Amino acid sequence: MSSADRWSAGVIPYAEMGYWRPDYQPKDTDVLAAFRITPQRGVPPEEAGAAVAGESSTATWTVVWTDRLTSYDTYQGKCYRVEAVPGREGEFIAYIAYDLDLFEEGSIANLTSSIIGNVFGFKALRALRLEDMRIPPHYVKTFQGPAHGIVMEREYLGKFGRPLLGATVKPKLGLSARNYGRVVYEALRGGLDFTKDDENINSQPFMRWRDRFLFCMEAVDRAQAATGEVKGHYMNVTAATMEDMYERAEFARDLGSVIVMIDLTVGYTAIQSMARWARRNGVLLHLHRAGHSTYTRQKTHGVNFRVLAKWMRLAGVDHIHAGTVVGKLEGDPGSVAGFYDTLRLNRVEADPRKGLYFDQEWASLPGTMPVASGGIHAGQMHQLLHHLGEDVVLQFGGGTIGHPMGIAAGATANRVALEAMIKARNEGRDFLAEGPDILRAAARHSRELDVALSTWGDVTFTYESTDTPDVVETPVSI
Amino acid sequence: MRITQGTFSYLPDLTDDEIAAQVAYALERGWPCSVEFTDDPHPRNTYWEMWGLPMFDLTDPAGVVHEVNECRRAYPDHYIRLNAYDASHGRQTTALSFIVQRPADEPGFRIDREETRDRQVRVRLHPYALDRPRGARRVSAKEPD
Repeated sequence: MSSADRWSAGVIPYAEMGYWRPDYQPKDTDVLAAFRITPQRGVPPEEAGAAVAGESSTATWTVVWTDRLTSYDTYQGKCYRVEAVPGREGEFIAYIAYDLDLFEEGSIANLTSSIIGNVFGFKALRALRLEDMRIPPHYVKTFQGPAHGIVMEREYLGKFGRPLLGATVKPKLGLSARNYGRVVYEALRGGLDFTKDDENINSQPFMRWRDRFLFCMEAVDRAQAATGEVKGHYMNVTAATMEDMYERAEFARDLGSVIVMIDLTVGYTAIQSMARWARRNGVLLHLHRAGHSTYTRQKTHGVNFRVLAKWMRLAGVDHIHAGTVVGKLEGDPGSVAGFYDTLRLNRVEADPRKGLYFDQEWASLPGTMPVASGGIHAGQMHQLLHHLGEDVVLQFGGGTIGHPMGIAAGATANRVALEAMIKARNEGRDFLAEGPDILRAAARHSRELDVALSTWGDVTFTYESTDTPDVVETPVSI
Repeated sequence: MRITQGTFSYLPDLTDDEIAAQVAYALERGWPCSVEFTDDPHPRNTYWEMWGLPMFDLTDPAGVVHEVNECRRAYPDHYIRLNAYDASHGRQTTALSFIVQRPADEPGFRIDREETRDRQVRVRLHPYALDRPRGARRVSAKEPD
C-alpha cells in the first residue's frame, strides 16, 4: 500500500497497517508472545493476528496522523507467523514480536498492561489466549527474581536431597488461634518441614492475624526443639493495603519466622514489593495462586499458567503452587512438566509436548520452588517423585490432618514414604513401577505409613484435563 | 529423642551397604562426598567439623564408606553425616546429606523462654550436649528430658 493510502483518514485492516509482517525476523532482544486466536467467522487469521499485535502495542481502531510523529515501525507489534492448530478447527497460533522499547524495566504491571491490557475484549476475535512468552535475557536482567531461590532456600533450611513436605492447616475457617497452632505443632513435630495458612486465612473475626502468628511461632519453636530441624509456617500476610502487609510481615520476621506468604489476589505490584521486602529481610516468600483458574483453565481464552509462572519468577517469589498431576486439581502431566521446567531450569527448550512454544534463557535468575498441593497422599509418593522431581514442596493437607492416628502420625507417614522413595530411587530401583512395593516395605517399620496406605491407598482423581498441550508434529503454515 | 536432620532420618539407620549404594548414586553423577561430625546438633549449627577435605577424586564407594568408619572410630559418640556436593552451574550446593552415625542416647534440646512485651516470647533452643565444657562433652551422657 502506498504511503498516501496508508495515512488517509478512515479504517484500514490491521494487516495492511504493518502489523502482519511474515518476513520479519525476531531480534534476540524482542519480547515474543504466542497467542491462540479464534477469529470471528469471515476474519482471516492473518488479519486477526495483526489485530492482536496492533491492539497490544500501538494501534487504535482508526488511522491517526500523530503516528507519523513517531518511529512507529519500532513500536508496532509484529505478527510474524500464524499457524493452524491441528485438530482444533477455527483456532490458530499467532506469533508476535514486540520491541524491548515497549516495556518499562522490571515492571510486571507494565509488561502485562501492554500484552494483555486491552486486547482480550476485542470484538473481531471470539476468543484469545496467551499461550507462552519469550522474555529476552536483556529484559530478564531488569527483574530482581526470586528473593532467595531454590538453592538459597535449601541452604537456609539445611534440607537437601529430597522434596520438602508441607500441609495446609484444615479446616480453613473457624479454628481459634490456639487450636490452629496445635495443628501446626503436631504436623511439624511429626515430620513435615512446613505448614501453611490457606489463601483465605488473613485476619477474620474468629482469628486475628497477630494472635495466629504468636501461637504458630510457639508451635514452630517447639517443633524445632522436638526434632532438631528448621521448621516453618507460611504466615499469610495478605491484607487490604501494603502498609498492613508490611506490618504483618515485619511482625512475622521479628518472631523468627523463616517464611511468609501472599496470595496472587494482592496484584503484581504488591507481589514485587513483597519480593523486595523478602530479600531485604531474609524471609522466604510463598505465593498462593488464588484466583488463577478464572483465567488460566479454559483452552481457548485467558492466559496459560506457564505465562503466569514466568511472570511470577520474574516478580520474585520463592514458592508458587504449580500443580500436582495426580491430585484433585487441574493438571495435565505434559503441561505441569512445562510449568515446573519454567520455574526451575536456567534454560528451557521449546517443547510442544510440554506446551512450551519458545526457548527461554533465564540468565542465572534463581529458580522458584514449585509447590504441589491439593488431594495428594502418601500412597502416590512414587508418582509424585516421578512427575515432579526433587525440587518441589509436596503439601499433604487432608493427607496429614485426616490420618486416623492423629496429625503427627499423618506427618510421619508422609515423611517415611518420601524418604523410602528417595532411598529406593538413589539405589537405582525402578521406583515408579515398584512404588507400591517400596511403600509396603517401608510400612513394615512404620505403623503410621501402614495406616495411611490402608486409609487412602486407592484414592485417585482421574478426570480428563481441560487444559492440554496440542502436540504438534508438523505445524501447518498458512 | 531422635534428631531428624538429613535425608533419611525417618528410616531405620542405614547399613554400610546401603550407605555405599547412596554414595554410588552420588559418584555416578559426579558429586564428591564428604564426611562431617559434631557434638552440637543445633539446627543452626551449619559448620560441622570436616573429616578431611571433600573426596574430589575418589571414585569407589568403598573408599567413602572406609572414611565414614574411620570417623566413627575416632568419634564414637558424635553425630556423623555424609554429604554429596553438586558443583554444576546453577546448583553449586549440597545435593544429598544424611546422618550415618548418631549417639546411642540423644539428649535433645531445651527451650529457654524470655517473656518480652505484648505477649511476645523470645525463644532460645539449648542443646543439652552443650552443658559440658568442650572436650568433656559426650552427647551420649544421660541427661534429663
